[in-house]
Amino acid sequence: MLSVSFGTVIWTTIAFLVVVLVLGKFAWPSILKSIKEREESIEDALRAAEKAKEQLQDLKEGNEKLLAEARQERDIMLKEAREVKESIIAEAKDRAILEADKVMAASRESIRNEKAAAIAEIKTQVAELSVLVAEKILKAELSSNDQQNAFVEEAMNNAKLN
Amino acid sequence: MEFKSNKNKLLVKKSAILLIGFLALNSVKASSSEAQEDGFKAGEMIMHHISDAHEIHIIGDFAIYLPVILKTEEGFDVFSSSHLYHNERHLSDTASGKSIHYYAYEDYIMVHEHIYYADENGGIVLDDNGEVANQGVVLDLSITKNVAGLFFTIIIMFFIFFTVVKGYKKRGIGAPKGMQSFIEPLILFIRDEVARPSIGKQADRFMPFLLTIFFFIWISNLLGLIPFLGGLNITGTLSITMVLAAFVFITILFRGNKHYWMHILWPPDVPAGIKLILVPIEIAGIFIKPLVLMVRLTANITAGHIIILSFVSLIFIFGQQSAAAGYGIGVGATLFMIFMNFIELLVAFLQAYVFTLLAAIYFGAAVEEPHH
Repeated sequence: MLSVSFGTVIWTTIAFLVVVLVLGKFAWPSILKSIKEREESIEDALRAAEKAKEQLQDLKEGNEKLLAEARQERDIMLKEAREVKESIIAEAKDRAILEADKVMAASRESIRNEKAAAIAEIKTQVAELSVLVAEKILKAELSSNDQQNAFVEEAMNNAKLN
Repeated sequence: MEFKSNKNKLLVKKSAILLIGFLALNSVKASSSEAQEDGFKAGEMIMHHISDAHEIHIIGDFAIYLPVILKTEEGFDVFSSSHLYHNERHLSDTASGKSIHYYAYEDYIMVHEHIYYADENGGIVLDDNGEVANQGVVLDLSITKNVAGLFFTIIIMFFIFFTVVKGYKKRGIGAPKGMQSFIEPLILFIRDEVARPSIGKQADRFMPFLLTIFFFIWISNLLGLIPFLGGLNITGTLSITMVLAAFVFITILFRGNKHYWMHILWPPDVPAGIKLILVPIEIAGIFIKPLVLMVRLTANITAGHIIILSFVSLIFIFGQQSAAAGYGIGVGATLFMIFMNFIELLVAFLQAYVFTLLAAIYFGAAVEEPHH
């Protein structure tokens, strides 16, 4: 055991060289390469996952921002709509009042005109009626000669001849 | 949750039964091969188990006989070790009073797993001190127990990592499954806890070497803990750890940059007198570092084997006195062995980790860029 045997040394050298060369050529490179590749792929995957997470975060933040913006825009729109509504109502009111005033003024005018016309007509009617009545009365009163004479007399009396 | 805990309990029970079974059988194995007529010798038994051999002793008389490959003056000689192991001889040396047993086959003899040329009579020759005087063969290139273990480690590694590669090819960057999900954390552990902190930017360049050396040592260590494999002691064999350390040493030599060598040969900002002391120390350090790697691994793994084998020996030592003592000690020793086996499982990983970590730190120093 403790003495060196040259035969064993030679066999060991051959054997170990064979192992080193054969495994060094056919085993270790492909094993170490595969391990390295896997490590790299895991690292890549982790990095990609991190990136995806970040992107998701960004997306979330973007969404929230978008949502907030939309909400703000909606508020603005609602506010504007309310303002528009109020202004429309106010305007409509103003215009209605104006229109109503116009209508009132026009109707007053027409009432006045109608009234004047009616009064004028009544006046002519009354005049005609009075003439008619007077005619009838005159006819009745002047049916006899006596009466006609009396009337003439009276008329003469009343008429002051200046 | 209920199901899972039940499963865990079952697993623990199973492992415990397996371990106890192993230890009991281990004892039988020890008894059959090591108990000798002239009493049980714990030291011999332990040394025999942790030493290299030309056979893989499974159990009792059953062993796998490995090929003996000898480089001789005439060329190579190849035969099965069964020829040797089946021809055991004894020689009592009258001069030194030693009794020695050896194996003989054709022109060769084997003493304590060392192979020599046989003398003219096909036997052993001892010198005046009782040492073997036969001429050694030029080179024993036999597939010994630990070399076979080494090949076994390589086959397991190829099986595991080609399965894993197939998994990666099939699933691409998908989640790992099966063997892949078992091996991947270890690869990541070596990369993220060992290579990158120790080496820095250039870590990936050393990854194939570090991964190979880590799994090579770890699987070898674990093989040494598997019973009935002849007590493989791959990483507890100096010849093997020496080669591993040499690879680290050579890598440092070739990868070391200018900054590293300048630091050793001409340390900056150091007075000339101190340089005189520091430079030899640094140069010695180049060699000491891999030597330390070698010795630490060998010693740790061998020590673990010795402790477990010592507990086994305890049973036999007491068993020689009386069967009751043997059984009595056996219970305690078995419990300790179970404990040690768990520790050894940890040590198997730890020593592979330490070797890899220190190699990574040395590489890190060798390729460090000056930072001013």
